[in-house]
Amino acid sequence: MESRFKIVGQDVPRTDAEVKARGKALYTDDMKLPGMLHGQILRSPLAHARIKHIDTRRALGLPGVKAVITGQDTPKIKYGNWRLFPDTQDEYPLAVDKVRFIGDEVAAVAAIDRDTAEEAMELIEVEYEELPAVFDVDLSIKPGAPVIHDYCPTNISVNRKIKYGDVEKGFAESDYVREDIFNTHSVSHAYLEPCSALAQVDLDGRITLWTSTQVPYIVQCLLASTLNMRENDIRVIKPFVGGGFGGKMELRAWEFCAAFLARQTGCPVKFTLTREEEFITGRRRHPMKIYSKVGFRKDGTLVAKDLKIQLDGGAYNAMGPTATFLCGNFGAMLYRYPNYRFHGEHIYTNKPPASAMRGFGAPQSLYATEIQMNMAAEELGIDPIDLRLKNAQVSGDEIPDVATISSSGFIDCIKAVAEMSDWKEKRKSLPAGRGIGIGCYSFISGGVFNWFNTQYPFSAAEVRVFSDGTAHLLTMASDIGQGSDTVLKQILAEELGLKMGDIRMTSADTSMTPQADLGSWGSRVTLMAGNAVIDAAKKIKEPLFGAVSARFNLNVIHDIECVNGRVQSKSRPDYGLTFGEAVAMVQKANRGEPLVARGSYTPRGKGLVTPAFGFGAQVAEVDVDKETGLVEVKHMWTAHDCGTVINPRSVEGQLAGSIQMGLGYALSEQFVMDGGKTLNTNFVDYKMPTASDMPPSELFHVETYEPEGPMGAKEAGEGLASPTAPAISDAVYHATGYRCMDLPITPEKILRNLKKNK
Amino acid sequence: MKHHINFKVNGDDYSLAVDPWRTLNEVIREDLNLTGTKLGCGTGDCGACTVLLDGRSVSSCLTLAVSVNGKSVMTVEGLAPSGEELHPIQEALIQTGGIQCGFCTAGMEMSALNLLNQTLSPSETEIKSALSGNLCRCTGYNQIVEAISMAADKMRDNAAEKEEQ
Ligand code: FES
Ligand code: FES
Repeated sequence: MESRFKIVGQDVPRTDAEVKARGKALYTDDMKLPGMLHGQILRSPLAHARIKHIDTRRALGLPGVKAVITGQDTPKIKYGNWRLFPDTQDEYPLAVDKVRFIGDEVAAVAAIDRDTAEEAMELIEVEYEELPAVFDVDLSIKPGAPVIHDYCPTNISVNRKIKYGDVEKGFAESDYVREDIFNTHSVSHAYLEPCSALAQVDLDGRITLWTSTQVPYIVQCLLASTLNMRENDIRVIKPFVGGGFGGKMELRAWEFCAAFLARQTGCPVKFTLTREEEFITGRRRHPMKIYSKVGFRKDGTLVAKDLKIQLDGGAYNAMGPTATFLCGNFGAMLYRYPNYRFHGEHIYTNKPPASAMRGFGAPQSLYATEIQMNMAAEELGIDPIDLRLKNAQVSGDEIPDVATISSSGFIDCIKAVAEMSDWKEKRKSLPAGRGIGIGCYSFISGGVFNWFNTQYPFSAAEVRVFSDGTAHLLTMASDIGQGSDTVLKQILAEELGLKMGDIRMTSADTSMTPQADLGSWGSRVTLMAGNAVIDAAKKIKEPLFGAVSARFNLNVIHDIECVNGRVQSKSRPDYGLTFGEAVAMVQKANRGEPLVARGSYTPRGKGLVTPAFGFGAQVAEVDVDKETGLVEVKHMWTAHDCGTVINPRSVEGQLAGSIQMGLGYALSEQFVMDGGKTLNTNFVDYKMPTASDMPPSELFHVETYEPEGPMGAKEAGEGLASPTAPAISDAVYHATGYRCMDLPITPEKILRNLKKNK
Repeated sequence: MKHHINFKVNGDDYSLAVDPWRTLNEVIREDLNLTGTKLGCGTGDCGACTVLLDGRSVSSCLTLAVSVNGKSVMTVEGLAPSGEELHPIQEALIQTGGIQCGFCTAGMEMSALNLLNQTLSPSETEIKSALSGNLCRCTGYNQIVEAISMAADKMRDNAAEKEEQ
């Protein structure tokens, strides 16, 4: 089938690849300003303590130290991403009364160089009164447990419920009911670029902040509120970012400290975290305790599901409230549950805060769904593939009051992986020690719920076009390495009939690009910013079409299009002008006014979760060494539905990256904690898969067209963070009989189980 | 006490006074403003800081600046000096999509160059083990491995062509 698109769907090389290949792309820490000071943060060594007194005098006396601040010097305004519910905003940029985890920010220094700043750290004296701490969700919710935040005596900061149908009735009508408990662990985003922020103050007191962030707009607003300044007196610029995966989607202490110290000293101030700091204090994926009860009819039809999830949120809410809702929403995805009930609790503990991480509640929740599906399949005597096909969600399915699935290629995905992997044969005939397993996913294409309480559209774009045949796209959307700038340029080039090289782009600068964009998370950029770009492009095309129509005296019934650098009648291409000539005509008609248009996108009437869902299925084949318990993943097969594929190479890259992360999540990555202390704080002890660990892998795109997406596109790459762990886990079960209910799957657990079964 | 060092970076001579504890990474990034070389961990475990020292790859975060006295360093900026044609490794990475956030890229390129300096017909296993010290969180490595093998082919062809002339 010939594509209706010229640039969308092509392997267009990323437009930022060359500057990165040459080492010329500037990340925040690469920047230097005249007179710049180096900042450093003093962190709490205790998991829970009252700050009685801080003495900064000796540090201030050290030559080269320009300023030392503590929470008492700041306006003491709490922040948090859930602005719509101010109660949930529980974090101070620097601790004011208490510290709540090891690594909590206590004081900050600005000095002429890093060595001096480091030395100053040692000279700050903090007197703490240690308080009892709690590190486990079960203990944290017990009466009498240490209260971590005064406003929340139960330590349960968020309660979310979803309910439809009648679960009890559903179980009563079921022929087969099972109940299981799953535990998932915490892992690191481990983006390669440590966080960094650089602030500068103008003579009139306005602040410019360059920062490694996924959410320039959120940082702008929250920085303004915590500094007690006006939003537009703050300009946030996102330079190149070395990955985020959800770990850079909030205002962070060092962003505040850089700005505050720049204002106080009059000098630019830069903070860059060390890898150790990243591991000790960095955001992480929520550990979850998942109670899941499902009921089926004899023939495998799902009847009911009752899901209860406790999230270990660590010391602050961060993006926990969203994760709490989303894990319950994902519990209702993939299969048709006529009766469904979810209760999620976000629980404080004295550990580093968990937050959003690639998959945003799905990897945990879907791990339980998928493993439980396989356990049920076995007991019902139905092949796991067939059980899935029987219950799979299809286009048009509704999750009452929550969402409607406008497009789903899930069934085709399941069929495709089964065929690619030779499932039926292998599931029967693989020798002991070899196994094959399946995991599936569904994921959102951006969120629809306005927890940030923005006054602006969720995404916006401005397009300027010129008589030399070029266009300039401005958007606040944030490319953090995933390639969204290239995708948005592709969409604009497609709409305007231009070449990639004709488009200049300015992105993610809050004072130059149109308000607003909520940032890069939840796989929202392609759909939301993409729709905003199309909206702006349509408004640009109207007057261009008018100009061509007038110039050639066309009958109003003529269809006009932008194609191949021209604006022309569809049926009579000779009635047309070059793009630049058409722009010039419009400008002449408007007495010199430039041709500029703004577009925007805000999901409306799309339920509570997202405008569109991606789907997919993955099969893993593994080899388990009976002596060592080591798992080797031999092959992965993936079929996914991301609607229209805008950039195939980028989508393949997202898949491979997801497998790397999923492999780590399943088998090797884990925060090792001793109470509130993170013990593995470097890349030797925190084991991320390397090139040699990557299995060969095949990908199949299931073609669907998402009506709400730009040119039919939807989520790609984040949902894929979910299926790998359950697929590997199921394959390990197939190979050894060990069913992992507590991630990660370690050799010790496998060996223990093998021994038990001997 | 600062130490005086003379060394070459990407063919240019430098003469600097450095504190004995400063790393090569700090000196090239901060004193020479060659920020293409990254710092991902500072402990020798991620490979983002890889440079060639007298032709062999090293972690610049673990190399003391004083130890490069009299030696020759090559950084990513030396692969294809500004404006010049891209190095085949760079070209292949762009083409395959092996660059996402780009933070690991310079290190990957230098490790790849180290490998291709030794052999122009590396097997996939050799490529993967040459990258064993380079972490990437975005790409899952596949497109990087593909790029290096593509670059090897191209460099082999170039070498053959040269020979013919
Ligand atoms: S920064 Fe040198 S190996 Fe990571
Ligand atoms: S491209 Fe981001 S770490 Fe490799």
